[in-house]
Amino acid sequence: MMENETKTIEIKDLDFYYGDFQALENVTFDIPENKVTALIGPSGCGKSTFLRTINRMNDLIDGTRVDGDVIVEGDDIYKDEIDVVELRKEVGMVFQEPNPFPKSIYDNIAYGPRAHGITDTEKLDEIVENSLKHAALWDEVDDRLDQSAIGISGGQQQRLCIARALAVDPDILLMDEPTSALDPVATAKIEDLIDDLKEEYTIVIVTHSMQQAARISDYTAFFLMGEVIEHGPTQKIFEKPENQKTEDYITGRFG
Amino acid sequence: MKNNNLQYRHLKEKFVFSILGLTLLAAVGILGLIIYFIFSKGIGVVDLEFLTQMPTNGMTEGGILPALLGSFYLVSGSILFAAPLGVFAAIYMTEYADKSKTLRMIRIGVNNLAGVPSVVFGLFGLSVFVKFFNFGVSILSGSLTLGIVILPTIIRASEEALMAVPDEYRHASLALGITKWETIKRVVLPASIPGIITGCILGVGRVAGETAPIIFTAATFYTANLPTSVFDEAMALPYHIYALVTAGTSPKQVPLAYGTAVVLLFLVISINLVATLIRNHYGRLND
Ligand SMILES: Nc1ncnc2c1ncn2[C@@H]1O[C@H](COP(=O)(O)OP(=O)(O)OP(=O)(O)O)[C@@H](O)[C@H]1O
Ligand SMILES: [Mg+2]
Repeated sequence: MMENETKTIEIKDLDFYYGDFQALENVTFDIPENKVTALIGPSGCGKSTFLRTINRMNDLIDGTRVDGDVIVEGDDIYKDEIDVVELRKEVGMVFQEPNPFPKSIYDNIAYGPRAHGITDTEKLDEIVENSLKHAALWDEVDDRLDQSAIGISGGQQQRLCIARALAVDPDILLMDEPTSALDPVATAKIEDLIDDLKEEYTIVIVTHSMQQAARISDYTAFFLMGEVIEHGPTQKIFEKPENQKTEDYITGRFG
Repeated sequence: MKNNNLQYRHLKEKFVFSILGLTLLAAVGILGLIIYFIFSKGIGVVDLEFLTQMPTNGMTEGGILPALLGSFYLVSGSILFAAPLGVFAAIYMTEYADKSKTLRMIRIGVNNLAGVPSVVFGLFGLSVFVKFFNFGVSILSGSLTLGIVILPTIIRASEEALMAVPDEYRHASLALGITKWETIKRVVLPASIPGIITGCILGVGRVAGETAPIIFTAATFYTANLPTSVFDEAMALPYHIYALVTAGTSPKQVPLAYGTAVVLLFLVISINLVATLIRNHYGRLND
């Protein structure tokens, strides 16, 4: 799949339901290639739900339903012929809580490539090293790759999870509040990392921090009660929002 | 008045705790008594020869080697059959089946299977394995029957172990574009294997002492030769005790029965101990 290498995500008239509860309504906007798009909005407005529609992780929740189109790199991912496993190789995900496997640092990174059939140790070594370097973690762990990933700090664990996602060579990275469990220093490291990563990856990030959205994103979408109220270049959203609600949220008047 | 009330409550509390303590003491005491009783009567005959020799003189002298070996074969066979089946059933129930009514029914079924009297399993084994499949009274029939006896234990232990694996691991793996089965194989099973093994060992401990399921399907009073194939019948420790006590031909057999009971008890307690150690070891690792 993925013949059409536009490498963007287009969302058209997307509705999403948990059973009878509609969590997303009529969401329509595009996510450009090699840019950071931030999703902001008050708690419960559907940011995580929306993020999970892009790699179909919502499929794992019973009783959910999707209407509308999510087009990833030219393919409508809710059409029957789409292979969800293939989709998730192209669309990586980093979760809110760092969730390394109870395995060594090396095995965490090599996990994806191994499961995808790479057995050559030299090749695996190379992938592990590159992914860790990409995630700005190599220098901190290169002397203890065989140690358990559970034993490193939360910030390191989160970068490990990013490296793990990079190791299967995705085009798109979804991040759901990746720094909410981290201290300011670890957060700064991840933000720097995101800035570097957008050279090669399209990044969609959910954040509760206005400052973070302003610092790292090129585009911002403001969600409110399942709807996208406003979407556009970050600078414009933060400096000259068109909608009063956006302005209220950004200036901290509610949410 | 207030003070009195408080004193009364303290007294009541002390009383309840004493009762609880006493019941605990009674339970432990009974266990201790059983062990003491069996060991004091039987330990005298247990020595290396007892463990390594055939019975002689119409089972009034000699050892219990064929019963020991027979039990070993039966238990090994049962676990070989029940472990894969039970683990796969548990995987299906926790990972694949949607959380539906059918699944609840299956779970109730499994739990009820655990409550079926073991002599009923014996009859089932007789009609299905011995007669229908024509395996005869044999190690094979006995192993399969015992396997069914421990199946619920293994399924339940495996299910618990699988459910204890945090969903974050599954999600992390699936989000990497890895299939469900690969995810189970590479993350979920490795994380749950200590619990599964513990369940299997506890199953072994239980099944080693079962008599009823093998009476009609595998066990024999006496064989002159050790079994050479899975289609041979075999002696087994619990049934050997029964045989020695009920034969009633010679008073010399009763100490032998107690000696056999010592061996059986020792084995079962050791097996359970190993299971507990494994569980504690990994329990601590996971914290
Ligand atoms: N598994 C679920 N089943 C039913 N309803 C859900 C489920 N997950 C989320 N919801 C509901 O969908 C709505 C959107 O939730 P979502 O988690 O997407 O919000 P969010 O914007 O990510 O919030 P937060 O900022 O707190 O993470 C909420 O009303 C939530 O209660
Ligand atoms: Mg969320």
